[in-house]
Amino acid sequence: MKTIKTLSALALMSFALLGNAASVPEDKIDTLRLAPLDSEPTPPAMQQVLNKDIKQARSYPMQPPIIPHKIDGYQLDLKVNKCMSCHARTRTGESQAPMVSVTHYMDRENNFLAELSPRRYFCVQCHVPQLDAKILVENDFIDLDHLLKAEQTQAKH
Amino acid sequence: MREKLARIWQTLRKPSVHYSLGFLTLGGFVAGVIFWGGFNTALEATNQEAFCIGCHEMENNVYEELKTTIHFTNRSGVRATCPDCHVPHNWTDKIARKMQASKEVWGKVFGTINTREKFEEKRRELAEHEWARLKANDSLECRNCHNFDYMDFTRQSKRAAEMHSTSLASGEKTCIDCHKGIAHHLPDMSGVKGW
Repeated sequence: MKTIKTLSALALMSFALLGNAASVPEDKIDTLRLAPLDSEPTPPAMQQVLNKDIKQARSYPMQPPIIPHKIDGYQLDLKVNKCMSCHARTRTGESQAPMVSVTHYMDRENNFLAELSPRRYFCVQCHVPQLDAKILVENDFIDLDHLLKAEQTQAKH
Repeated sequence: MREKLARIWQTLRKPSVHYSLGFLTLGGFVAGVIFWGGFNTALEATNQEAFCIGCHEMENNVYEELKTTIHFTNRSGVRATCPDCHVPHNWTDKIARKMQASKEVWGKVFGTINTREKFEEKRRELAEHEWARLKANDSLECRNCHNFDYMDFTRQSKRAAEMHSTSLASGEKTCIDCHKGIAHHLPDMSGVKGW
């Protein structure tokens, strides 16, 4: 029994050593981790949040606009909605922030409400700030206008 | 009663029989130093964060919340402790605030906020006290560190510079008007101006 235990322990140790020595080839990794699972590489530096207050064009009409500023420490829970202290209809005069769109004051039957609709309460469910970061995965999204234009030019030929 | 008071007054008025004038003046001076030193040491001891979070009411609620904010940890390592914002630095104001704080001892003894639920229930009221205090003294405790005269608007974000150079500069608004809940969680804000 004892010999079996020692043997298995030895086997385990050699396996662990082997695993450390031979790193996984890059093309075999299906994640962005780029390191074997049993190693702990230094994480990349954290990226800065874009804080320029400049509106960015939307990629498609229904896209929730992104947040062009930092939202660190903004409280957003049952008691408080920090975003609405600037973006609520009644607050935009003082804050000069864009008002949340009128759809946020409608319930699902399209009835207009006096207050922000509860289903739209949690802002960061759709709206997010952006990082000043390099794109990790190539984005092959094609704008609707480009598709239409391509189709039109094809039809002409 | 009247007689007793009269006797005490007589004793006080009479010159000393046993003690020399030198002993009395020097002794009085030394006793004064010890008393005043002791008083100030005790006062300073109650002006430490360790003293504040000695009670679980403060440690488990507001101190935990502070830990996540920029006033606790930030790039330059400058941090604000409880008394930096909640106790005036000026001596007379400090004593006045310390006297008010005796009500907090009452609260501690009778467990006014000794559970999370009780604290949450009282949060709006407690927050309102602090807002009122900072509003009344033109956010003095903020300005002890954040001096308007040395603010560089070009280093601020566009929105911040806009607000600070207009409303704050004109004195129409003070720090606490906009910066509520920067160091602790906010209570239910319904009905609060600007929310």
